[in-house]
Parts: sequence; C-alpha cells; structure tokens
Amino acid sequence: MDMSKDLVAASATPLVLAILAEGDSYGYAIIKRVAELSGGHLQWTDGMLYPVLHRLERQGLVAAKWSTSENGRRRKYYRITREGRAQLAAQRQQWQVVDGTLRGLWMRACMA
Amino acid sequence: MRTFADQPLEEQIGQWREYLRRRQAFHGSDIEELEGHLRDQLTALTEAGLAGEEAFLVAVKRMGSLDALSLEFARAHSDRLWKQLVIGPGAADESARTGHTEMLVALGLAVAAALAIKVPELFGIRPDGGGGGEAEPFYFRNASLFVLPLLTLYFIWKRGSGVARALWLALPFAAAAFFANVFPFRTNDAGCCSSDTEVLTILHLPIALWLVVGFAYVGRRWFADGRRMDFVRFTGELVIYYVLMALGGGVLTAFTMMMFASIGMNAGWLVGGWLIPCGAMGAVIIGSWLVEAKQSVIENMAPVLTRLFTPLFTVLLLVFLGTMVWTGSPINVEREVLIGFDLLLVLVVGLVLYSASARDPQAPPDFFDGLQLVLVVSALVVDGVALAAIAARITEFGFTPNRVAALGENLILLVNLAWTAWLYARFVRHRSSFATLERWQIAYLPVYAVWAALVVVMFPPVFGYR
Repeated sequence: MDMSKDLVAASATPLVLAILAEGDSYGYAIIKRVAELSGGHLQWTDGMLYPVLHRLERQGLVAAKWSTSENGRRRKYYRITREGRAQLAAQRQQWQVVDGTLRGLWMRACMA
Repeated sequence: MRTFADQPLEEQIGQWREYLRRRQAFHGSDIEELEGHLRDQLTALTEAGLAGEEAFLVAVKRMGSLDALSLEFARAHSDRLWKQLVIGPGAADESARTGHTEMLVALGLAVAAALAIKVPELFGIRPDGGGGGEAEPFYFRNASLFVLPLLTLYFIWKRGSGVARALWLALPFAAAAFFANVFPFRTNDAGCCSSDTEVLTILHLPIALWLVVGFAYVGRRWFADGRRMDFVRFTGELVIYYVLMALGGGVLTAFTMMMFASIGMNAGWLVGGWLIPCGAMGAVIIGSWLVEAKQSVIENMAPVLTRLFTPLFTVLLLVFLGTMVWTGSPINVEREVLIGFDLLLVLVVGLVLYSASARDPQAPPDFFDGLQLVLVVSALVVDGVALAAIAARITEFGFTPNRVAALGENLILLVNLAWTAWLYARFVRHRSSFATLERWQIAYLPVYAVWAALVVVMFPPVFGYR
C-alpha cells in the first residue's frame, strides 16, 4: 500500500513524539520502530526523519544529547520534553477526532 | 566510530560523507548523525546477508536523494542558509544574472537617495538655515525620510511584493512625513537651538520607521520562523558596513580638502554640501545591497564583535558595581546620565540579541551563556541603581520631555532584560530551551518601534512643543 505523501508528512510529528514518549531513542531505532508498528506500510525515506527531529528539537518538543552506545558508536539520542508531551496530547485529540469521524462514516457505509 | 572490515565499503562511506559536506545545509554534527544511521543500516543489511556493495546501494537509496535531503535540512535550519534563501533559489547562473540587475537597481536607488536630500534646496530650504550658521532642523527631522522609503522600495522590488503591499508600506512614511513637519516646534529659550521635543522626534523617527523597513525586508512572512531574526542579522551587518563606508568616506573627505587646499581652493562647499550628505544617504542603500549580495564577506562580524565585547563589558559592569559598593559614592545624576544608562541597556540588549542571532539554538548552555547571564544581571543591577537616583530627581524637579522619553525607554529595556535574565537562568540550568529566549527577543522587537512612534506623535503636543 502506498501512503499519500501528505499523510506521511502529517503523521510524522505525532509518530515521533509517541515513540519518544515510550522512551529515549535515536534516529535509526525510531525508523525501525515505525516500520515494525505499521507492519511495513509506513515507509519513510530514512534521511527525512532527521529534519523532522531537528525541527522538533528547535521547537523545544524534544531534547537531544550525544552519547556513546554499547557498541562504541556515538549516537544522538532524543528525549521528549514536557512541551513535547503536551503537544503529543493535543495531536492525539486531533487525530482521534479525524479517526472517529471517518470510522463513523465507514460504519454507516457498511450498514447501508 | 566502528568501522567495517570491508575496505571498499569504508571508501564508499567516505565519499558519501564528502558529498554531504559539500552541501551547506549540513553541519558537522548532522553528517555524523546521518553517517551513524547509514552505518546502522549497513550493519543490519550485511547481517541479513547482503554483500558490502549491495548493502551500500540499498542503504544510500533508503536515505533518500541528497537534493531532497538538503532541501529538507535547509527548511529545518533556515538560519544556516538565510543568505541563500534571501538571495533566492535557483542555479548559480540565474543568480549571476539577477545579481547584475540587482546591482543596477541598488545603484539607481542609491543615486536617488543621494539626490533626494538635495531636492528641498530647490524649494528654498537651505541646509545652513539661510546662512545663519545654524543647521536647518528640517533636514535632521526628515533625514530618515530621504532614504528609508527608497530602501523599502528596494526590498519590495527584491521580494517581489505586490503593489497593494507597497501602498500599505507607504502609509507609515506618509504619516511620518506629516508628524515630522506639521508640529510648530518652539526654538529654545536661547533662540538658537532646537527644542527638546524636536530633538526627540529627530532621534525617534528613524527607529519607528526601521520597523517598516523590517516589514518590507521579511516580505510576506513576518510571523514565519526566523525571518525577524534574519532582519536583526541584516541590521547588524548593515551597521558594520555603514561604519566601514563612513571611515572610507572620512578618508576621501580629508584628501579632498587637503588636495584642493594645496592649490589654494576651499572645497568646503563640495564636501559639506554634496559629499557628506549625499554619501550618507546613498551609503544606506549601498550598504544594504552589500549585506544582501555579498554576505559571505563579513557575514559573521556582528557575532564576532559580540563575543569579543561581552566579556569586556561584563568586567566593566562588575568592576563598576564593586567600586560603587566599596567607595559608597552615589551616582551623580547629571543631565546626560539617564541617556547614558539607556545606551548601556541598548548595548546589553544588542549583545544579547547578536549572540542569540549567531547561536545554534540547539547547542547546550556553555561558559559563554553563563557570561551573558552575568552581563545581563549586572546591567540590571547598575540600571536599578541609576533608576532610583533618577526617580528621586524627577520627583524633585518634575517631568520634562527628555526625562519622560528616557525613563520610558529605560523601562522598556528593563522589562526586556529582566525577562531575558529569567529565561537565561532557566536555560543555563537546563530548564528551558534557548529557542524560548530567542522567541522572546524577537517578539519584543516591535515594542521599541511602537514606543518610538509614540514619542514622535504624542510628545510634542503633550509637552507643548517645548
């Protein structure tokens, strides 16, 4: 299934924030987690994640720190901030509205 | 960084890194982050059984095209590329062509500005006030009106703003021309000099109008992230260019006088009547064009000067406070002291603003941030002491336009610095991001212009044109 570009772009922020809300992470692991959760349907161009992360960092929604991983590689780890959690809650409500509306419509389509 | 045993693979990674490095959108840490990702991906792919070359192709393909990637990075970090974005998109040859047109437009506007200041003379307004020796205040009151509309025009042309927008921007200039010239300013008791409110108008009108230039500069995107910070950068670089050109102009003036004097002619009329006023006006436009077109030359001067002088001013303020406490001598409130402390606050705000404009908002707090905090706090303390002294004087001798204007400015700057100190303290203790501080400074900019406009419009009638 090919997801539309706009939808992928719009869902990037809540996805990244929600994954970071589970625990601190770094770019490669975030992408793997998205692919895993979506059953491979949500495919990002890998590089595109980083501008999103940097933008969130600049907006103060996530914070970043360089540290060395267990295999001796330097990685930039991202952590969700308090503002980020608030933003995630807000986004969640918005997506629930969209989801609920569509669900209602599709249920009715099934019944008819 | 862990390396792969596969030598050709390492070489390919090295080449890929070089490609990234050539793009201005990526900084060192971005490249390291992306390379880490590539290596993670390569490890996973080779573990899944792909050979080195295949794994590299797949990993690079998944990373996305460099063009698309650097565009996204440029969008996320518009501050890094502000000059490229300002100069406009497109290939190098296109920018060379527009660069040529732009030079002609800038030169044309500079000549127009230089001539504009001579136009009033055609209507009999002589710069020397009709030979009385005293300079005609008309020119000082309207100084910004000779050049800033043309500078605004330049940015309107450059940003491709429409006619409607140009007309909107013309409104404040019309209003400024009205308020600068309609008030019947009294001359001083001595009958020679300008009145206090007139001097205030002369000083404040350019500040108010600079905001209009800012509107033209940012184009349609006043509220877009980072555009106002770009304008702050632009202002700083323009000031530096202007000072450099003024120095050059001074040398030119000195040689003109000296050489004509050597053949027994006085070039004073040429220098005073043409060279200095026309040069001062034209240089504003030329300076702006240089900032826009040749940014890479001294692009980073304002931040460098900031770095240089922040420690020095911090030391000065601390030593001053220490001396005052040690000797117990109070601040002697003379006429100029209030203005002096206003300027001190302006300077500190400038230091904060320009170090903020050059700073990577994502970098963690470092020693320099601590220093800035000390600077801001000590400036607040010094100003608090001065304010107390001045307040005492005002209650004793009453209000004058100068005192009210200076006091208002002091309060505006004090509010800014107090909140800045608070945000800085939070940032240094990792409670808040630098972006919050940057946003505060940016959001505060119109306040200065609004106050300046208020001084121009309200003060003369309120204080009876004294």
